[in-house]
Amino acid sequence: MIDTARAHRPPVAKIGDEDLERLLLIRHFELTLLKLFEQGALNGTTHTCLGQEHIPVALSALLREEDFVFSNHRGHGHFLARYADPHGLLAEIMGREGALCGGVGGSQHIYHERFLSTGVQGESLPVAVGVALRLKRTTPGALACAYIGDGTFGEGAVYEALNMAQLWRAPLLVVVENNGIAQSTPTSAQMSGTIAARAEAFGVRHHRIATVDLAHIRDEMGPLVAAVRQTSAPLVAEFVTRRIGPHSKGDDARPEQERLQAELNGWHRAYGEAFPERFARIDARQRELVARVAAEVAARPAVTRGRA
Amino acid sequence: MSRAERISDNLNRALHQVMEDDPSVHVLGEDIVDPYGGAFKITKGLSTRYGSRVRSTPLSEGGIVGVGAGLALAGDKAIVEIMFGDFAGLAFDQLLNFASKSTMMYGRRVEIPLVVRCPTGGGRGYGPTHSQSLQKHFIGIPGLSVFEMSPFHDARELLPHLLSLGEPCLLFEDKVLYTRRTYRGGEVDDLFVFDLVGPPPYTARVRLDDGSPPDCTLIAPGGVAHRALSAMRALLLEDEITCQLLVPARLYPFDPGPLLPLLGGTRHVCVAEESTAGGTWGGEVAHHLHRHLWDSLPRPVSVVCSAPDVVPTALHLERDVLVQDTAIRQAVLEALA
Repeated sequence: MIDTARAHRPPVAKIGDEDLERLLLIRHFELTLLKLFEQGALNGTTHTCLGQEHIPVALSALLREEDFVFSNHRGHGHFLARYADPHGLLAEIMGREGALCGGVGGSQHIYHERFLSTGVQGESLPVAVGVALRLKRTTPGALACAYIGDGTFGEGAVYEALNMAQLWRAPLLVVVENNGIAQSTPTSAQMSGTIAARAEAFGVRHHRIATVDLAHIRDEMGPLVAAVRQTSAPLVAEFVTRRIGPHSKGDDARPEQERLQAELNGWHRAYGEAFPERFARIDARQRELVARVAAEVAARPAVTRGRA
Repeated sequence: MSRAERISDNLNRALHQVMEDDPSVHVLGEDIVDPYGGAFKITKGLSTRYGSRVRSTPLSEGGIVGVGAGLALAGDKAIVEIMFGDFAGLAFDQLLNFASKSTMMYGRRVEIPLVVRCPTGGGRGYGPTHSQSLQKHFIGIPGLSVFEMSPFHDARELLPHLLSLGEPCLLFEDKVLYTRRTYRGGEVDDLFVFDLVGPPPYTARVRLDDGSPPDCTLIAPGGVAHRALSAMRALLLEDEITCQLLVPARLYPFDPGPLLPLLGGTRHVCVAEESTAGGTWGGEVAHHLHRHLWDSLPRPVSVVCSAPDVVPTALHLERDVLVQDTAIRQAVLEALA
């Protein structure tokens, strides 16, 4: 079964060093977080995007500086794909000086330039509609992009937002990272029907992508994202993906076989096999980079809070 | 002197004025565009004059408060009308977990100039789900300020003040006020005068014209002001007890500071509100006053609320449940007995 999966996996196209660097930066950042948690160096919780890194990295090339990105609880990849600032993000998560949001927001509440993540499922979508309407008026061509998961579709706010976005022609790009599982509950046990049909019910364009190939994703998404900008019509882009790590930490209830399968079908293996030498070189470099970042940030003093 | 304007007109003119003065102000709400102009006509004329800056929305209270927050986050100012304040429950997540949190949780102050207007309260026969006073559910959320319109305050000052704060604000407007007239020029009626004290957005102080220190102090939000006035009149004329009435525009965060100098020598303080008892604004005010005036208050602050019941539709049943002037008078008489 594992071998056939490999045989069915389409080959990946050429990838630039920068993309590979970004993918592996996120991978090592997330692995380092899990390690730091094990060591008791982090407070609270975190949600890693292991296995899903290729989605924001692919999309970041299609986004512009003036676009506004909304992220969710699983947002480290979304952030790092847009801003190469692992120091600031890790300092935020560790509560150290240089933290992006003073250590108040932590892993899932980041606001930096035009990037905002917030912790309650679905609530960012109506906000993104409001931001998109403002952008449409003041910065034509700019869009609001909101990352959500398949589990988010349980929230009513999603439907209120899709309705308003289509009704009012908001330049809104909804990126659904459909990883087939909401915390521990499979999507099949929490969603009737499909994401496509739900988008269609509002007259919202929907596009589904299953590949991990960055070039392929950009080829398909490029014209669709351009249409969001030009026609101010919302788009739901559904990425079929697999989380290879736990929901937060040590809480992966899936059979090991399933997790392994996800890993075998992921971008990491595809690019590793397609470009072994370059991959290994960049992988080693990013591993060292993140180790350095972690050591530097851990050595900083705790962030202090000046009350508003 | 020309007749004072109705409070609904005062609010409507205030909305026209803030839209005229500030092109970044946008107004959202259900059925608010002309010719309907909103369920209570508070938004009448706005869409005719300001076009796309005024949007009638789907029935999505959570969604439209979120859109308002998004506009505000991105650089606009937004005013959202909740048709009946009861429906603010549907927007609670956006207020609690997005708008109020976002002003404070990103390590720096983030401006979100958002005003959510809530027509509120009973007395008009709309029944249990269209008559509640839900202020208490929004008290105590840092980053979310709660205000209430009153006949003494001018919405043309209040509304710009709220928008200038740069943070989400709830503005409760008791529906029984809409058809009543504003008090202006310090005059209330043949017995009482008023002035505005403290910093903006002010607390209205109503008292006898003779300047004598009152026996008792009533504190009430705007929607209960007329009932408190009626109780004051009866207490004076029938019980020979003099009262002053304090009506703050800001309910939360509540600063007792400007009120404290007005309470010296008062024999009793009674807070009246229309909500049901339990975790109320009145309880919050009483707590502040006990803390500051423990040594000088002759007896505990009393809090008068509506009955712990739903608000019935039939006029006589509704009256039995909602806080009335008689209950306020009774509370004062009992305290001073």
